[in-house]
Amino acid sequence: MIESIKNFSSDFFVTGDPLIYGADVSIVLVMVAIIFVLTYFKKWKWLWSEWLTTVDHKKIGIMYLIASLLMLFRGGVDAILMRTQLAFPNMDFLPSDKYNEIFTTHGTIMILFMAMPLMFALFNMVVPLQIGARDVAYPFLNAVSFWTFFFGAMLFNLSFVIGGSPDAGWLSYAPLSETQFSEGPGQNYYIWGIQISGIGSLASGINFLVTILKMRAPGMKLMKMPMFSWSVLSSCIIIIFAFPILTVTLGLLFIDRYFGANFFTLAGGGNPMYYVNLIWMWGHPEVYLVVLPAFGVFSEVVATFSKKKIFGYKSMVFALLSISLLSFFTWVHHFFTMADYKVDAFFAITTMAIAIPTGVKVFNWMFTMFRGRIQMKPPMLWTIAFIPTFLVGGATGVMLAVAPADFQYHNSYFLIAHFHQVLIGGVVFGFFSGIYYWWPKIFGFSLNEKLGLWAFWLWNIGFYVTFMPQYALGFMGMPRRVSTYGWDMGWAPLNFISTIGAFLMGAGFIFQVWQIVYSIKHRNKEGAADPWDGRTLEWSIPSPPPEYNFAIIPKVSEQDDWWYKKQKGLTKVKEDYKPIHMPKNSGIPFIMGGFWFITGFGLTFEWTWMGIIGLIGVATSIVVRHLDNDTDYYIPVDEIERTEARIGGTR
Amino acid sequence: MTTEKHTEHHSSFQSYVTGFLFSIVLTIIPLVLVLNDMLENPLLLVIILLAACFQFVIQIYYFMHLRENKNRGYIVLALIVGIIIVVTVVGGSAWVMNF
Amino acid sequence: MSQSTAGKIDHHNEEEHHDTSSIKIFGFWIFLISDLILFSVLFATYVVLRTRYSGGPTGAELFEVPIFVAETFILLTSSFTSGLATLGLQQGKVKTVINWLIVTVVLGIAFVGLEVTEFITLVEEGATISTSAFLSAFYVLVGTHGLHVSAGIIWMISTIFQLSRYGITEETNRKTQVVSLYWHFLDVVWIFIFTVVYLLGVM
Repeated sequence: MIESIKNFSSDFFVTGDPLIYGADVSIVLVMVAIIFVLTYFKKWKWLWSEWLTTVDHKKIGIMYLIASLLMLFRGGVDAILMRTQLAFPNMDFLPSDKYNEIFTTHGTIMILFMAMPLMFALFNMVVPLQIGARDVAYPFLNAVSFWTFFFGAMLFNLSFVIGGSPDAGWLSYAPLSETQFSEGPGQNYYIWGIQISGIGSLASGINFLVTILKMRAPGMKLMKMPMFSWSVLSSCIIIIFAFPILTVTLGLLFIDRYFGANFFTLAGGGNPMYYVNLIWMWGHPEVYLVVLPAFGVFSEVVATFSKKKIFGYKSMVFALLSISLLSFFTWVHHFFTMADYKVDAFFAITTMAIAIPTGVKVFNWMFTMFRGRIQMKPPMLWTIAFIPTFLVGGATGVMLAVAPADFQYHNSYFLIAHFHQVLIGGVVFGFFSGIYYWWPKIFGFSLNEKLGLWAFWLWNIGFYVTFMPQYALGFMGMPRRVSTYGWDMGWAPLNFISTIGAFLMGAGFIFQVWQIVYSIKHRNKEGAADPWDGRTLEWSIPSPPPEYNFAIIPKVSEQDDWWYKKQKGLTKVKEDYKPIHMPKNSGIPFIMGGFWFITGFGLTFEWTWMGIIGLIGVATSIVVRHLDNDTDYYIPVDEIERTEARIGGTR
Repeated sequence: MTTEKHTEHHSSFQSYVTGFLFSIVLTIIPLVLVLNDMLENPLLLVIILLAACFQFVIQIYYFMHLRENKNRGYIVLALIVGIIIVVTVVGGSAWVMNF
Repeated sequence: MSQSTAGKIDHHNEEEHHDTSSIKIFGFWIFLISDLILFSVLFATYVVLRTRYSGGPTGAELFEVPIFVAETFILLTSSFTSGLATLGLQQGKVKTVINWLIVTVVLGIAFVGLEVTEFITLVEEGATISTSAFLSAFYVLVGTHGLHVSAGIIWMISTIFQLSRYGITEETNRKTQVVSLYWHFLDVVWIFIFTVVYLLGVM
């Protein structure tokens, strides 16, 4: 009996590695600390009623932000571990199997559990405020989205200490990810972690699409909508059409593994290359959908800090929408080496075509700055750093799009350098810029600028030091996903430099955390309502905004309406309040997320009974919600008056 | 509000019956063609796929109240993009995997 | 006080409520379109792997014409009856709505029953999901549709329950419209399964 428990637990828990024991200990310590703090300060009820059950988009946005910063930390640690292993030839820091696990989790976490939630954080924090709405179209569904994402991400991260991490690369190419080559729960963790959070992503996509199309303040025609909201709209279009592809792809892979089907196997007539085809049909639109909102952020920031209207509004909109459609026609460029030459030619051309609308956007940002009164505030710094970085990333992208040349670059460090340059230079810089820009709005106090400058320079210098050598390494023939290399290859000096850069970026992240902690301690609430002299509606209300956002829904007449009203002195609003219709908090999303977690965990270990229990729980939560007709309430006028007087709203 | 409600649903029993009859006919035609081997392959394939597509349109037109939907502009746009993506996914996969 | 607030709320409803029902139905349409993409990937998979029999049986050997024709007409009729239910909605006749929904549910159950029997027969003949890539694609495409129909049955029963309890309100009206949209959509998907899988299979 004891023997069998021992056997089970040595399989169940990951053992034998000091790193993992360290992680075990720190996870337990953090859990104990959290439970202790919550109990000591009697905060359990507060946590439940203010956060876990909330349907308020601003709070959901904050939870997304916290979760994604934690994931940035996890993914960043993965990156630093890899760079340490590669710093010198023949290093013995990580064994090759651990190295495989770490590059897999690094990629998956950074794209799906860091970039995506950081993007949703911005969607939630900004979109309803920017279009003059009181919430998103479906607040309950929004909470469901968050909790499915959260529990999916937790499931994925659990693999580090229980059962073993996936190790077949961030897209888990078949047949390597099939049972034959990847037995055990690692690969199932990958499938279910992403599947569960994918439900949330799709729901968010629909939610924000409908919010933007149907919930805009009166007078805000589509062509008067702020550029960030436009970028969110284009991003949502991609989500809606791309995420079902991912769901099916991973579903088929799981069916292969669980029911012994033959979609991507080598035997039974299956075709592993078909997996590659499917996953990139989602994967390419995916990277575009994370970068488009970053473009939206840059457009807002450039206009605000140049004190000018965005240059070429219509061409910006056109570029966004055409990128979102074109992104579905380029997927084969990820596997030129596999397809037929006619196919390659077609997809090389579509890939290069995307550079055109992107180029249009870059010129528009530059023309917006041209002859503007530029203020070098932190959000603007990140934007200005973005332009050259993205330009180089885009240019190397066009190099990779040349199909015959790609046969040389394929799977080399040149590719690694390219996509990190567009993802960090585009997505991460963009989202940081957005966080710095909207932070005062959401939290009601500003971030310390001096620490922010340190973080900015460390990130930027670190970025170039890390990735410029990798282009050269690619040309020197260094392939991706190798855990070590010999002295005779001549890759040592550049790898060492690259590792230094990774540590610089890590230091930049530490400065950001310090900056946030410092600013929370020394709350500087001065001018938080409109600190940048903003142009769009979110700056017309107090910071942080009350739960109903707008006491009186604004009537919009111009693009950059708030700026226009400030210029014309029309900011005063008649205080004619009416009861406000609001959604009620609900515990169902959290509970449903928990059941999804149980489902995922059960199916990961192929314990069918547990999967079924979880699914019954999920179905029950949905039916309970379907039968519930008491889902909203009204805030009476006197309460609105009291709140507005307290926070100094309706200026 | 009340006037909107009225315009939102004025589909009638008649339109449902029409849709139903169309669907039945469009199901029977390809069925008969295929079971009796009445046509040669490329033409047959085109005809039965066209019948399916027609039925798709008929369901949307007669059953799903798209005409009367307030947001039909957006929905039709989304459907068009959706169909483009569907064609890309199915046709593109078949093309790419054909080596 | 309560009365005056109530009056205000009604007024307010019209002005700023953004018409919840139409927004929810719109969102559901968008969901259906994304579900359409989901099925299109399964169709693509079927098309790509259609001839990969791996020595196992082919579609022409397996598919039985009477069964899939029966399935098709049952689902087609159920789409029609769920449409009649929404027609009853407009006339405000809750009895009619419930009755037609019950007919739809019964037809749905018959459809799922036939499909399950079909699958069981196939498995007994030795044509399982692991036999060949063709059969994997077949089972998953048709099975996913079957699961959608099963979910629709549960959903419809829950809607019938609410209709009988609350009558036709704004909420139940919307819920009935949405579930019937979903049902029509499943019929649309089936038409393509009928054509691409069964008709091309026996051709």
